[in-house]
Amino acid sequence: MAENVALTGNDSAAYALRQINPDVVAAYPITPQTELMHKFAAYVADGEVDTELVRVESEHSAMSATVAASLSGARACTATSANGLALMWEILYIASSTRCPIVMPVVNRALSAPINIHCDHSDTMGARDSGWIQLYSENCQEAYDNAVQAVRIAEHPDVRLPVMVCLDGFILSHTLEGLEVNDDQDVKDFIGTLDRPDSLLNVDDPETFGMFTLQNYYFEFKKQQVDAMEKVPAVIEQVGQEYGELTGRSYGLLDPYRCEDADIILVGLGSTTGTAKQAADDLREEEGLKCGVLKLRTFRPFPAEQVCRVLSGADITGVLDRAVSFGLGGPLFHELRSARYGETAPMIDFIYGLGGRDLSLDNVKDIFRSLAEARDSGQTEPTTRFVGVRE
Amino acid sequence: MATTSLKKLSDMPELLTGGHAACPGCGGPIIIRQVLLAAQQDGRKVVASISTGCMEVSTTIYPDSAWRVPIFHSAFENSAATISGAEAAYRSLKRQGKYEGEIAFIAFGGDGGTYDIGFQSLSGALERGHNFTYVCYDNEAYMNTGIQRSGATPKGAWTTTAPDGTVEPGKREIKKDLTAIVAAHGVPYCAQASPHRPRDLMRKVQKAVATEGPCFLNILSPCPRGWRHDPDVTIQLCKLAADTCVWPLYEIENGKLSINYKPKEKKPVREWLKSQQRFRHLFAPKNEHLIEEIQAELDAKWGQLLAREAFDNEQEQESE
Repeated sequence: MAENVALTGNDSAAYALRQINPDVVAAYPITPQTELMHKFAAYVADGEVDTELVRVESEHSAMSATVAASLSGARACTATSANGLALMWEILYIASSTRCPIVMPVVNRALSAPINIHCDHSDTMGARDSGWIQLYSENCQEAYDNAVQAVRIAEHPDVRLPVMVCLDGFILSHTLEGLEVNDDQDVKDFIGTLDRPDSLLNVDDPETFGMFTLQNYYFEFKKQQVDAMEKVPAVIEQVGQEYGELTGRSYGLLDPYRCEDADIILVGLGSTTGTAKQAADDLREEEGLKCGVLKLRTFRPFPAEQVCRVLSGADITGVLDRAVSFGLGGPLFHELRSARYGETAPMIDFIYGLGGRDLSLDNVKDIFRSLAEARDSGQTEPTTRFVGVRE
Repeated sequence: MATTSLKKLSDMPELLTGGHAACPGCGGPIIIRQVLLAAQQDGRKVVASISTGCMEVSTTIYPDSAWRVPIFHSAFENSAATISGAEAAYRSLKRQGKYEGEIAFIAFGGDGGTYDIGFQSLSGALERGHNFTYVCYDNEAYMNTGIQRSGATPKGAWTTTAPDGTVEPGKREIKKDLTAIVAAHGVPYCAQASPHRPRDLMRKVQKAVATEGPCFLNILSPCPRGWRHDPDVTIQLCKLAADTCVWPLYEIENGKLSINYKPKEKKPVREWLKSQQRFRHLFAPKNEHLIEEIQAELDAKWGQLLAREAFDNEQEQESE
């Protein structure tokens, strides 16, 4: 039986991991991800999972051990944040290119320096080219649901790629929320069993993994990753639909909110899109502004076509970027603008919330109002704006 | 029973095939062949990891592999973390009844991947107590990238990043004693070995794979390119390393140290230094004092080993 429980984002991801019952989990502490692994370690200590928990000495080793476990035919997971993800960087690429269907919750946090433990998306944005699928969660319910679905997406025979389940540090990871969790058996049935055709433990038919591959073959390996990524959107939609049939909560690549008739659309990732939805409701009611919100659940692969379709009717689009590419601007904005090449409707980038700086409901309303003003006046400069920062 | 009989071993299939791209006279493939032959016996199969380095690039050039056991090369610094993950998967799947069979997990690494960049990964895996054997083939520098100095490079040696010149005498620092550092982790078994005594080497491998817990073998691996010697003297050099006590053969089993080879007459280190061009500059008058220093340091180390062995023997006798 599904049941309603109160869980933090970390606890909800740990709850999903318990139900997934991975064969191997590697754990290394980093705030704000730590409590996720505290919870999971308690499941291990109480014998609630069959998992071999490897308490590694660094995130680099966490990802290294997870990759090797996955290549050995085990369902393997780990979790991290910020600097921990940065330390894994080298092995993230090895995970995706050896086609390991690893599921990894990433509790988003700012990168040093200066050191900061709070939320922004600079960690996962830095890993956007690592060949991992990235799903972003608006709330604890989605963190849980995404983790369960990630197993199916990662292990799909057309895909066989690792998935980051991103959830905002503290804003979600440490916030208690009422959510519905599935029955253990339902999750077990939904994810099925891992079927990996090759394995490091297959001693009767030994294979060499991670070979030295030069100009004559390397490119083909990369092309296969490109091809696999192209198959991901359909799999995400199919899994999201099946999940909806099981739970009543369907998922796709995007979550458009009141976008059908919207003149002004704000695009974003993660928990801030919840605030933006409220702002859109308020402004529609209070000021007659036809606002909408487009939440990207999937950032990799980038759902360019689907996004363009949703934005096609809007007069102006704003983008909420919780990360910055120094010397360019917000990464989400630039990908979106590139996806919309040839469109004439203006776009403005709003970089916000770095290092956990709060973005209030009023801040988001101001963003919508400034978009309305830019539309009316035709003055869209500057196209990169910083919200809530002291000059 | 596992065998080290050369006659019997000669009838067993080679697990690292010929045709790989290692240099003539390289110690690496000789060591790996001995390790694999010794480990894959009594129904036990080998699963291996290997760090980036000479042995990886010369034996796994896609689409050809010289390996007849499953092996995974992940990166440079994570051979031990990699084998940790494979071993954890094995334990988990076996416990759940999803896997059958006996596996000897072996992590290979060169000295760069073991003494230096992979040191943390190694230390972590040893401390966690995974059931695996780590085999370091120590050729005393980063040979794959072009003979750069490593923590395993001995004092006085020429390398491309610590060359001898008008003001520098080659490497100024002493070689890191990694075997002793590994022993300090309290592992059940660790040893130094050399391919010129294959039966001793293979006995050590068999002891390691039969021991529950993390074990470590440090094996001297001559490199004609980096040491500047002819390819046909590789094995003689290994013997000379043991006879000069540059590379003592010993093992530490559950804390008790035993020296496996004591030269009847300890040869002077000069003979070792003369045998390789990487030490040539030490014989210039301005550097001669370094040879005396190197000899004194070796004598002290050898003395410590003998004293430790005697102490451990005494302790054992007392406890009996």
